[in-house]
Amino acid sequence: MNSESGKHRVRAKLETRAQELTERLELQSVRSCYICRTCTSSCPVTFIDPRFNPLAILRMVLYGKIEEVLNSDFLWLCTSCYSCQERCPQEIPIADIMTKLKNKAFKLGNAPVGVRAQMDIIKKAGRTYPLDDFDNKKRAKAGLPELPTSCDVVKTLFESETESLK
Amino acid sequence: MKYALFLGCTIPARARNYELSARRVAETLGIELIDVERFVCCGFPIKSSKQFSAELLSAYNLALASEAGLELCTLCSSCTSALTEVAHELGYKDESQLAAVNSHLGPLGIQYSGRVTVRHFARILIEDIGLERIRKSITKDLSGLRVAVHYGCHYLKPSDIYGGFDQPEEPTTLEELVSLTGAEVIDYPGKKKCCGGPVLPVDERVALSLAKEKLDAVHEAGADLLCLVCPFCSVMYDGNQKGIENEFGVNYGLPVLYLTQLLGLAMGLDRKALGLNMNVVKTKDLMKKIPE
Ligand code: SF4
Ligand code: SF4
Repeated sequence: MNSESGKHRVRAKLETRAQELTERLELQSVRSCYICRTCTSSCPVTFIDPRFNPLAILRMVLYGKIEEVLNSDFLWLCTSCYSCQERCPQEIPIADIMTKLKNKAFKLGNAPVGVRAQMDIIKKAGRTYPLDDFDNKKRAKAGLPELPTSCDVVKTLFESETESLK
Repeated sequence: MKYALFLGCTIPARARNYELSARRVAETLGIELIDVERFVCCGFPIKSSKQFSAELLSAYNLALASEAGLELCTLCSSCTSALTEVAHELGYKDESQLAAVNSHLGPLGIQYSGRVTVRHFARILIEDIGLERIRKSITKDLSGLRVAVHYGCHYLKPSDIYGGFDQPEEPTTLEELVSLTGAEVIDYPGKKKCCGGPVLPVDERVALSLAKEKLDAVHEAGADLLCLVCPFCSVMYDGNQKGIENEFGVNYGLPVLYLTQLLGLAMGLDRKALGLNMNVVKTKDLMKKIPE
């Protein structure tokens, strides 16, 4: 095989793949990144744990390594603090892209247990800390109004949404 | 002045001290906070997992406020950003998105018109009440206190949804409000950094390390207390402070107060009425630095 054309083919394949992904993730803007590293140097998580690096994640996605990102244990370390997004000179919505990536990982069943538990509890109770009668007693004692202890609305909302996705 | 009070999930269950103090300060300033029983989670905690579901929850809450004909007043910064983002999206940008959301709200017998304003309590203090009026209700001089402020992330960001409120890179609103009490606001490195709260269910060590970084800096700077405006941040700095001390072998004993508790003290409100007895790190020693 002619190694030149082989390289071309690989590159073409990479390009199509990257394009597909950018379209699906609306990542077009990532192409304008000029690797200034402002995002990474602004990221409070990278500072604590270098396994997590927003620029590296953007690059991986752009160069066809999205599965690796979606299966990684580092993606979920993003705190959605927006420091990167606020400072990116190219106005790339980095934090929003992280959210989209996490959404995809969640769909694939790759979310950490704690994250899945949070989803389950909200689906069931409509709040992350469900209230019971005991809470309401404590509230009343502090002079605070009672709040509902159950919530059917959220169930209906989730059902109507699942219905429409079928 | 009348607003629908949006408490969210964390405050009624885990931050009753914030709720109490906010209600008392509001009363003192003549702000009427209306309770809407049917409010549900703002959606923020599931945004990373399922953004559309999160937006539906926000939209439902916005629709309730619009039904009541009221603006929303939030206390939690994460609720503020989740609700504001959706209000922004549905109000100014995308008609088709509004139609999609309303088709899901239909079965609940409610529709959203796309016009509700959401603002954090502190922002309402600045914009609707004004520093001068707040100053007039202050009766105690807290000049014995050195206060470090923590803005957190979503009180300011993403800035494009907040219509020019404060400056995310050099914020001043919390300093302005705290200064009204006479307390000295001190600077410290990493003031704008995140509390780490959102990664608590993902990796506790990373989350606690983020919180520790700030506690180290604030402690080092010699603050008497850390003042903040979000229950999530308070869980990290107040609720988890003992855990951080144990895990990392450090010692802070740093009281963490909500802005509303600090303002309330300066307004001469009772310690208990402000829920100070519910703060995890004890505030008794702090009280000695405040005039009777
Ligand atoms: S800040 Fe923006 S332009 Fe700079 S490296 Fe990060 S994504 Fe690229
Ligand atoms: S939003 Fe995520 S990636 Fe961006 S700076 Fe914050 S933690 Fe890092």
